[in-house]
Amino acid sequence: MRRLVALLPVGFFLILAGYFAWSLRPGYDPHELPSAMIDQDAPAFDLAALTGDGRVAREALKGQPTVVNFFASWCVPCRVEHPLLMRLAAQGKIRLYGIAYKDKPEDSNRFLAQLGDPFKAVGIDRDGRVGLDFGVYGVPETYVLDAAGHIRKRFVGPLNEAAVNKELLPMLRQLGGS
Amino acid sequence: MIVELGHFCLILALFVASIQATVPLIGASRRHLGWMATGRSCAIAGFLLIGSAMAALMHAYVVSDFSVVNVLQNSHTDKPLLYKISGVWGNHEGSMLLWVFMLSLCAAAVALFSTNLPPALQARVLAVQGMIGVGFLLFILFTSNPFLRTDAPPANGQGLNPVLQDPGLAFHPPFLYLGYVGFSVAFAFAVAALIEGKVDAAWARWVRPWTLASWCALTIGIAMGSWWAYYTLGWGGWWFWDPVENASFMPWLVGTALIHSSIVVEKRDTLKTWTILLAIVTFSLSLVGTFLVRSGVLTSVHAFATDPARGMFILILLMVAIGGSLTLYAFRAPKLQGGGLFAPLSREGSLVLNNLLLSCGCATVFLGTLYPLFLDAMNGPKLSVGFPFFNRTFVPLMVPMIVAVGIGPMLAWKRGDLRGALQRLWVASLFAVVVALGLLYVAYGSHVLAVLGIAVAAWLAGAVVTEWAERVGLFRMSLGDSIKRAINLPRAAYGMSAAHFGLAVFVAGVSASAFSQEAIEVLKAGGSMKLAGYDIVLQNVDRVPGPNYTADRATIRISSGDALVATLYPERRFFPLQQQTTGETAIRTNGIADLYLALGDADTAGNWTVRAYWKPLVPWIWIGAVIMAFGGMVSLSDRRWRVGAAARSRRAVATAPAE
Repeated sequence: MRRLVALLPVGFFLILAGYFAWSLRPGYDPHELPSAMIDQDAPAFDLAALTGDGRVAREALKGQPTVVNFFASWCVPCRVEHPLLMRLAAQGKIRLYGIAYKDKPEDSNRFLAQLGDPFKAVGIDRDGRVGLDFGVYGVPETYVLDAAGHIRKRFVGPLNEAAVNKELLPMLRQLGGS
Repeated sequence: MIVELGHFCLILALFVASIQATVPLIGASRRHLGWMATGRSCAIAGFLLIGSAMAALMHAYVVSDFSVVNVLQNSHTDKPLLYKISGVWGNHEGSMLLWVFMLSLCAAAVALFSTNLPPALQARVLAVQGMIGVGFLLFILFTSNPFLRTDAPPANGQGLNPVLQDPGLAFHPPFLYLGYVGFSVAFAFAVAALIEGKVDAAWARWVRPWTLASWCALTIGIAMGSWWAYYTLGWGGWWFWDPVENASFMPWLVGTALIHSSIVVEKRDTLKTWTILLAIVTFSLSLVGTFLVRSGVLTSVHAFATDPARGMFILILLMVAIGGSLTLYAFRAPKLQGGGLFAPLSREGSLVLNNLLLSCGCATVFLGTLYPLFLDAMNGPKLSVGFPFFNRTFVPLMVPMIVAVGIGPMLAWKRGDLRGALQRLWVASLFAVVVALGLLYVAYGSHVLAVLGIAVAAWLAGAVVTEWAERVGLFRMSLGDSIKRAINLPRAAYGMSAAHFGLAVFVAGVSASAFSQEAIEVLKAGGSMKLAGYDIVLQNVDRVPGPNYTADRATIRISSGDALVATLYPERRFFPLQQQTTGETAIRTNGIADLYLALGDADTAGNWTVRAYWKPLVPWIWIGAVIMAFGGMVSLSDRRWRVGAAARSRRAVATAPAE
């Protein structure tokens, strides 16, 4: 009995180590959080566009699979992610909309002027209301919407090469986007 | 050249550590004194070598040698000198070097100051520390080498993350690591005891000062980190149950249990296998924390550069260190001789209760931290549990513990008298009830849980004072006799009282946060807002240059009625290099409550967002933690460590946390 009890800690540790090993498998990304809104309608929004007098609204996004990226000029990871978005946009592989989350329009503009503008259009979400509706934890977050305007996938934190190639692009292909 | 020398020293240290890990061990089993003695020289040589490596890297930072990749990525010529130095451990590679430096420091301390340990035990302890050293030196040299050069050095570096450019954070990692790594001594003692198959009161007496010193350092390290979070992040929060914070908190909880259970081993020669297990688990949790932080398995706000290859390396290290020691435990622990018996209601019993509650507390933190990982493995939804989970699981465990902390010291060894102890604590109970009723009256019956927390803290404070009064015989004998007894009371007793009193202060500070008030308003220059009876006026905002940033500095006058209370200058700093803005809060404290101001964004019309908080008793959180650590140091200075066993080791460890 004493012997068995003495074996408990090492047994417990081995189970734990198993979990750790499992979590180190290639392709595992803890940044990817599912959204409670998966397969739901994207929340309705109608925002002033960053450039020009137009609007960026949910209805305009429908019809084609679309990627919506929440970003802000004050967000450092967004700067990390930005070159990847530029590349994707340049390759014409995705239809990308931006939402400037809790950011001043002039700052967003400066950010895009400095790093390039990969977005078809950017909506100004000054008070973070739309972010709240989407369930944004923090920027950057990226959502994939299908042609009917349902949210199909959510990426928390900066996108990386692996997430884009293994998940984002295959998903868009499956949805018939490109 | 100096960089290469540093690199070379680190490689040499690996070889020295390999000898330290094997030769003394063989010597101990063959009873060969010369072989055993190599452990000491290796430990000292290792310390000198790793110290030189550390100095070489620091030199590269101070002279801004951007041909070193690590310096290039984390430093900049315009950075103030303090942050050039703290930049050494502000990144993954450098912080691992600091880690092994602390490890070699501990090993050298054991070699130099524990000379009156039995040679075989000392040899084995040093060998175990050598093994840990080998593992981490391999890790640094193969996956995280801070001495790599680049052949095309640019003119300037990329700078340190502005958030980390803060004096509080400059000293937080060294203390934290000293705490983490200090527990490796207890771990090494435990493994050595398992190899020898002998644990006795002398063993506990040798281990305790090391554990206590590490515990003090860890307490200060954690408190500094939380204080930093409080004054820089600008939201007035001080603990976020973030995985990295939890990674430091778990060894603290188990280490606290270890300090207490080793008292029982020392005084009563029982609870041995449990104490050995705690010593192993405490250091194991430090290692697991390192793994969690560096492998990127969990998401955290403390983003260190993460890399799965490093994660796999540390995992193998964990398998060897933790798996190995626990396997040894599984085979050897059942053979250890049990000791004295005791009734459930006794000093020992109360220490067991303390251990159970602390361990359960640690288990809940562990579960909450790793829950997202476990759930994900079962294809469940990925989520983090955060505040609601910990408030519902951890806090209810700690309330009975704090109550028990008050009672425990009043119980006698072997068989205690609970009813008698409670009767003797009537003053404390009365004090707690008065405080509770007073607060309920002031708060109109709201915040019942916070009131309960403060009442429990008041009870504990009262119990600590009562216990001291009983010891010195206050009111039972003449004042002169009482004073004489108070002077002759062992320092360990004062240490305990201080640490427990610190806990009471801490709990009061935590509980009172429910009473804090906040106001967020957009103000023009000259605009004002009201908070907790104060008038807060934004007078103006100036642009002032800093060494590597420009700041918008607000001048804010705080007055109460007609009297000026303070003028505070919160800032927003813009670091052009990183294109990043950080907030610099301004806090006015009177020791009882904090007035906390943070400057937010300006809009195009020149209106500034100002956040103001009034936080009663919040400084007590850190004051309490410092009192706790101070209690630990007082206890360390006790004469008891000098007599017999650890005569000279005491001095070494007593000075260690003060660095």
